[in-house]
Amino acid sequence: MSFLLPPYPVIFGQIAMFLVVLLGLVHAAAGMVWVERKEAARMQQRVGPTRVGPFGLLQPFADVLKLMFKENLKPGAADTLLFYLAPLVCATTAFAAFSVVPIGPATTLLGLLDEPMKLQVADVNVAVLVVFAIASMGVYGIVLAGWASNSKYSLLGGLRSSAQMISYELSYGMSLVGVLILANSMSLTEIVDAQGASLLGIPHARWYIFLQPLGFLIFLTAGIAETNRAPFDFPEAEQELVAGYHTEYSSMTFALFFLAEYINMVTVSAVATDLFLGGWYFPFVPPSWGIGWLIFLAKVGALLFFYVWIRWTLPRYRYDQLMTFGWKILLPASVINLIATAAGVLYFGL
Amino acid sequence: MTLFYLFAALAVVSSLLVIAQRNPIYSVLLLIASFGALSGLYVLLEAPFAAVIQIIVYAGAIMVLFLFVVMLLNAPQEDTEYDVRVHPLMRPGPLKFGAALAVLLAVELVWALSSAPPASAFGPLPEITVTTIGRTLFTTYAFPFEVTSLLILVAMVGAVLMARREEHSGERGKR
Repeated sequence: MSFLLPPYPVIFGQIAMFLVVLLGLVHAAAGMVWVERKEAARMQQRVGPTRVGPFGLLQPFADVLKLMFKENLKPGAADTLLFYLAPLVCATTAFAAFSVVPIGPATTLLGLLDEPMKLQVADVNVAVLVVFAIASMGVYGIVLAGWASNSKYSLLGGLRSSAQMISYELSYGMSLVGVLILANSMSLTEIVDAQGASLLGIPHARWYIFLQPLGFLIFLTAGIAETNRAPFDFPEAEQELVAGYHTEYSSMTFALFFLAEYINMVTVSAVATDLFLGGWYFPFVPPSWGIGWLIFLAKVGALLFFYVWIRWTLPRYRYDQLMTFGWKILLPASVINLIATAAGVLYFGL
Repeated sequence: MTLFYLFAALAVVSSLLVIAQRNPIYSVLLLIASFGALSGLYVLLEAPFAAVIQIIVYAGAIMVLFLFVVMLLNAPQEDTEYDVRVHPLMRPGPLKFGAALAVLLAVELVWALSSAPPASAFGPLPEITVTTIGRTLFTTYAFPFEVTSLLILVAMVGAVLMARREEHSGERGKR
């Protein structure tokens, strides 16, 4: 019966990892809903949810239960196939994008496994691009939802979304090319490991946020626009468009859009952590302590909190301001950042 | 090999459906599916970079614009009884043209298969990385690369010019 005892084959760890990421994303989304409501309440001098569970912690689960028992409505003139395909596209791409994001260094899980396992679902050597490719598929869910609903508010939301995503995808992509040049790799694991070097004598502090401050700002701004969050939440601007692309959705089809939005936030934060914030490295904490994944989760949590903070602090832009900002400020800034980084690597060997 | 046939079949069937059905939105979506299948073929050829770029550029950026235009135009359905009864591909003109194309394709296939050198296995391929692609693109293929970018620039200038002219004539009309 030796196969019942550790070390187990590494495949068990990978299956467990897959389940952890899947369930972790769902619960991260639920947790974010709670944080969002609590924080919004705090900023508006309310108390927020308090009734379900301690501190209202179980509120998101109560919400999901409520949504499950709601009737699923469909407008009579809607395109049935696309109407139901759209939320699936949104949710699937949101989950899939996280599959190539590493959340910690390779580990044997305290000797449970026979060989070290990478803490990510799939290790791809063009991981950065895969995240982009899948995220760029996510916009179809929103556009199709807008079109298939056959409602003018939904259609306007869908059109706005596609225009916004196209405008910001360029700066989003350009902003991280600087990191790719510095790390000389497209694998997220290798990029994180490159940030484990020392900077100015401080060990594990060569984070790219210090070498690429402009790149990080552009990435974060464009990331907020890509995930349709305030102050760039035009696809669902409720004062003008009711609820934008998901106006006509109810019950669990609506819940899928909601889930996708929060998972996309988690993915953008995780990618930003891997690319700019040193991933699982922290100054003076040697990797041998084995708490890399905790550091990673803490950084992602901080970025997610920043998301909520921004949403309840800044008012929404005007639509023409959004376009002007994207094309005339963000894109030139990312080009300048790229050229400066390339020159720095070429002439000063950064 | 199973995967190859799966992706190939997906690409062929979805490409056929792009022209075989009428709703332009579905055509755009099927074209995206076809691009996805193509990208799967690139993965099987051990070219992950090309596969991902295929998705980002074609499926992600260009097709969003296509969808955008189709949705904005929102082509009204003005089908006559004849239009409904007879599929566009089944009308006399397209039928003749299609038949001619099919004959041409068959002749070409026979010619290509009969005159092709016997198949031989490839040697081991060098690993294709982003570095090698970038290096060849900016050394060996620098000229075609630059010419292509010039072409795209011309197209952009043309589009801007056409948009500007419309605006101009509109102003004159007001006066």
